[in-house]
Amino acid sequence: MEYSIGGLRDMFLGNVRRLEDILSYANISDDIAEIDASRLVHKEINDLMQYCALQGVRKIVLRGVCGQRYLGTRLYFPNPRPRLEIEIHGHPGNDLGAFLDGHRIVVHGNAQDGVGNTMDGGEILVHGRAGDVVAMSMRGGRILIRDDVGYRTAIHMKEYKDKVPVLVVGGTAQDFFGEYMAGGRVVLLGLNLGNKPHRARYIGTGMHGGIMFIRGKVEKWQLGKEVGIVDMEREDWKLLEKHVGDFCEIFGFKRDEVLGGDFLKLKPMTKRPYGKVYAY
Amino acid sequence: MSMRRMRRETLPDKEHQACGLFGVMNRKGERFGGRMAIDALMNMRVRGNGLGAGFAAYGIYPEHKDYYALHIMFQDWDLDAKREVDKFLGANFDVVCDEEMPTNPEASVINPPLVWRYFMAPDKKGDEKRLSDDDYVVKKVMHINTRIKNAYVFSSGKNMGVFKGVGFPEEIAEYFMLEKEYRGYIWVAHSRFPTNTPGWWGGAHPFCILDWTVVHNGEISSYGTNKRYLEMYGYYCTLLTDTEVMAYAVDLLMRRQRLPIEIVAKIFAPPMWDHVDIMDEKRKKLYMTLRMVYAPLLINGPWTIIVAHHGEMFGITDRIRLRPITAGEKGDLLFVSSEEAAIRAVCPNLDRVFTPMGGEPVVGRLKGVEKELRKKAEEGV
Repeated sequence: MEYSIGGLRDMFLGNVRRLEDILSYANISDDIAEIDASRLVHKEINDLMQYCALQGVRKIVLRGVCGQRYLGTRLYFPNPRPRLEIEIHGHPGNDLGAFLDGHRIVVHGNAQDGVGNTMDGGEILVHGRAGDVVAMSMRGGRILIRDDVGYRTAIHMKEYKDKVPVLVVGGTAQDFFGEYMAGGRVVLLGLNLGNKPHRARYIGTGMHGGIMFIRGKVEKWQLGKEVGIVDMEREDWKLLEKHVGDFCEIFGFKRDEVLGGDFLKLKPMTKRPYGKVYAY
Repeated sequence: MSMRRMRRETLPDKEHQACGLFGVMNRKGERFGGRMAIDALMNMRVRGNGLGAGFAAYGIYPEHKDYYALHIMFQDWDLDAKREVDKFLGANFDVVCDEEMPTNPEASVINPPLVWRYFMAPDKKGDEKRLSDDDYVVKKVMHINTRIKNAYVFSSGKNMGVFKGVGFPEEIAEYFMLEKEYRGYIWVAHSRFPTNTPGWWGGAHPFCILDWTVVHNGEISSYGTNKRYLEMYGYYCTLLTDTEVMAYAVDLLMRRQRLPIEIVAKIFAPPMWDHVDIMDEKRKKLYMTLRMVYAPLLINGPWTIIVAHHGEMFGITDRIRLRPITAGEKGDLLFVSSEEAAIRAVCPNLDRVFTPMGGEPVVGRLKGVEKELRKKAEEGV
């Protein structure tokens, strides 16, 4: 169907085929489905995944993905709530797992910008690197990225009561790491740096909630004005042991070596850093 | 301008997405067709909107490599403009060859203008003999753009050319037959439409002066300051959109003032003052000098650009990276793109993928002695 806005073709919805016309791209056997995504646009893939889930499929393997956005979004099933395992081969596009509702996505390759945008729950594993604004506005679940991430990671990540999102990055990050963070736990491991320092600047600028842990060298000038370095507590080590432990197991790193490094714990100094700047 | 009003009536409203940029260079100077650039932009279809696309290719006219190749667009097939341009070029250049741009009439594009190409050498007279050939050509291009109604110069370098218009990348490529007609060692491409402008053929990216081309994703909020500064050096912006200033700025800084990209990067995207404060004295002095001398060429706002000229291609973002960039390498090929998937779509097995820090350029240069290889590439090896 041609969608158009003011006479313009719609880049996202234009020429999207109906579900019955694309069923042949999914190969379902028992509770596993394999989808050839190489000739599908993002809406078609998500439509097919939704269809598969409603057919009782619990594991979906996507092959030939190359740049399709929003994979895994719109998989919302209130009752019952099946948890899908989605395996992605190829190169998923921006906003992978946006609004993700409790499913597990495993990417065998690199991801792009906006991984886990406003993700609600579940898990995203990336066996590779990711781009900018990873875990933007994330509000639950866990993201593990094996290699580096780009700018503004965990920007405005948030938490509420016992719903606390977790992000672990194995490599290093670029500027504005944890910008405007309002909650959650973010761990940066720097495993590929050797003895070199992290290069990220403006770490935690505008941060007003949550906790960051950084392993490796960071100078004070690289930190934003709103964060302070505080001592590690027992609870912190427990958190690191769990999530960094899982990270090492999944991606094949030596747990004791990783956890044996120096960790810097960063917390915001105030909950309202700009309270005096803005009147309202 | 009546021209602008008319366009607003005939074209649909623009929709805001994000531009798609792509550049590929063979650092050995080996030439190849336009397929990779076309496929990469097709992969980033959602970044475009069908209101603009364009390509720049280097090394495409080996048979005329010593002549300036001008691609000139005549809006609304204005033949009076064409006669005026012909007369003007005849009086100022030795035109060795000129012809209508080969196009495919079957391609689905909206209102294509007449596009003509001229191969020519400067024929300087009187005072103008003091100008270098390049400066002379810039002056004459500015004359056509500002004084001859309905004529706009798409590109004006040697052994290179810009092909652009209103449509999707694959439509523009089909119209100009880029896949079969041309082989270049650098291809730079753009999809979507010029910022803050109704889509029109002259306003599509890339922007070009001499052999410098720029494609841009973002919005240059310092456009007014940059434009006024460039006017002092004889560059006049006529294409109704912000990116044009970048093409003239790189020509001024890199060709005329011979600054390397590593320095130009620090003029366009200077480090923050609080980082200058903690530098050692030598670097502090350098960066403060650059800020004092070139303040009006600081490019503010969100931007990622890919710039190319003979022998070199580079990609760079604004200093806090408000627009994306990814670079990839495979053997002699260097890729720069808005998205990694677009690179993977045309070259799945890359040796390396990386993203530079904001304001730090990714640079591809011809290997070995640049000059020698450049000659070789122009000969079509």
